[in-house]
Amino acid sequence: MAGNKDRPKDGRLSRRELLVSGLRTAGVFAATGGLVALASRSDAESTVWQIDPAKCTACGKCATECVLKPSAVRCVHEHEICGYCELCFGYYIDQRVDDAEAAENQRCPTGAIIRSFVEEPYYQYTVDESRCIGCGICVEGCQMFGNGSLILQIRHDRCVNCNQCAIADACPAQAVVRVPAGSPYLLRTKK
Amino acid sequence: MRQATGRAGLLRRSLPGGAAAALVLVAAAAFAAENFPPPEFSRPYQFPAPTTPSPRAMAFAYVDMAVLLVALCLAAYLALRTRSRQGLVGLALFSLFYFGFYRQGCICSVGAIQNVALAAANGQYALPLVAGVFFILPLLFALFFGRVFCASVCPLGVVQEIVMLRPVKVRPWLDSALGLVPYVYLGVGVLFAAIGSRFVICEADPFIVFYRRGGPMWVVLFGVGMLVLSTFVGRPYCRYLCPYGALLRLVAPLSQWRLRITPGECINCHLCADACPYGAIKAPNLESTAAQKAESRRRLRWLLVGLPFMVGFGAWALHAAAPTLAGVHPTVQLAVRVWQEERGLVQGKTDESEAFDRLGIPAAELHRQALDIHGQFSRWSWVLGAWLGLAFGIRMISLSVLRHRREYQIDMAACVACGRCYSACPVGREQAPSEDLSESGIG
Repeated sequence: MAGNKDRPKDGRLSRRELLVSGLRTAGVFAATGGLVALASRSDAESTVWQIDPAKCTACGKCATECVLKPSAVRCVHEHEICGYCELCFGYYIDQRVDDAEAAENQRCPTGAIIRSFVEEPYYQYTVDESRCIGCGICVEGCQMFGNGSLILQIRHDRCVNCNQCAIADACPAQAVVRVPAGSPYLLRTKK
Repeated sequence: MRQATGRAGLLRRSLPGGAAAALVLVAAAAFAAENFPPPEFSRPYQFPAPTTPSPRAMAFAYVDMAVLLVALCLAAYLALRTRSRQGLVGLALFSLFYFGFYRQGCICSVGAIQNVALAAANGQYALPLVAGVFFILPLLFALFFGRVFCASVCPLGVVQEIVMLRPVKVRPWLDSALGLVPYVYLGVGVLFAAIGSRFVICEADPFIVFYRRGGPMWVVLFGVGMLVLSTFVGRPYCRYLCPYGALLRLVAPLSQWRLRITPGECINCHLCADACPYGAIKAPNLESTAAQKAESRRRLRWLLVGLPFMVGFGAWALHAAAPTLAGVHPTVQLAVRVWQEERGLVQGKTDESEAFDRLGIPAAELHRQALDIHGQFSRWSWVLGAWLGLAFGIRMISLSVLRHRREYQIDMAACVACGRCYSACPVGREQAPSEDLSESGIG
């Protein structure tokens, strides 16, 4: 009897089947419609992760927390606001013997900052990104004593854009934020 | 910590004590200001501009979406058409290496729930196409073919499937009770994504630590625990935690084409139910007496009457728990810490409170933000609680309703289409009766 009730012999759908197929069709339309509506909103853009240099405290966690080894974070030098100091605190450690550019006098653990003479008394500092590990030790020195022209940025040619950024979880200053993918860098000089 | 000691060490050596303290204050005040004017070069000088390479992750998105679609089609074909357990395991291995080890478990459908929630709650955040596709495709496939995504596409599912050695049967009452946890997790995950813009489901993903070969210690321990558990309990994450599984459970019973255990006529031998590690095969029950039917109807009536009360109780209970939930939000935690430090209730500084001090934002502003977040949690907890009450009620109803089965049948909500029952069934294809298969088993 139960079988007959569920599946009439004349080929028509049973009540239960009708309900299920109705719900299924409704589900397909609701799901696709809702998603299209969410994805096609004109006032919003898809996002990537970036470090806000105004909030960054150069704690050093960028180098260790990223899922990539070495981290997708690199030091970026904004030359426009650099003081071109002869005695750069992003470059030199505090207690050096003299101003020689020897490794033991340099802050950068990988020697990624290249110091080159421009004219008296100015020196240009360039970050060799292939050596940089994003530890932020130079950024810390520049923030404390200089202009803050050395900043940490997530480099998007490396970043895999995790759904939840591991650095964002660990960042004590909540400085890792979602930014529009169209303008994926937060530089101090960029307005 | 490194900053504090390093800075103090420098100043103590270069300056007398009092001056050092003064300079720390000056340095802190002048944080990120232009201490040195830009140079005026005598010769023409071009400032090197920072390079800004464009995001590369976008390119992967299209490949990922295509692979997902192909893998889902293949899984549906293998599960429903060729009924090949070997094929499903092969596809699972591919998914383990592609979505798991190669793409490092990101993006996945489980986490994509949060992108959808965030996009729905926040007008400034557009749902990335890849997240939308990963969220919707497995659900659409479940509407037509059942949970074939779980079978051999999901990187979280396949790792548990592969390490399973000797699954034990979980007792039905325990299975049902633990089966409610995914609804709680789904609700909490959506709540956090929508309010805190914090993706807790991603943070607590136990298997991602294997794909990335590293992670926070508690996640590593959780992951190892889950993996060990998976060797003797069938897919513990999928059944008792996975929030996406909770959604698939709701959708899969509507599926159009269903898996069939036997290619021929069921001889009610129970071998398939023994082979299923997920308790997804229901035994036949033909002999239900009139008394049982009456009892079932009475239970259903009571549960339907009780459903609004369960919804109400859920809403009330979650509202009561809202302050605790809000306490997980980093801004609220920071506000509490700063408040405690101001009153001298705690000694020392955390990395977070130190960073907050350096930003120079007034504490009142932080407290305002924290209160705002608190309020949002408080408001949304009603909705979350009502949802949990509803999920609980519906589960109770589905458990209490008496259904007739003439043979062993798959519970589409629980079945993850692993294909073990195919090989366990002693009825061969050659024994298939000549009449239309689809008519024999539905009752």
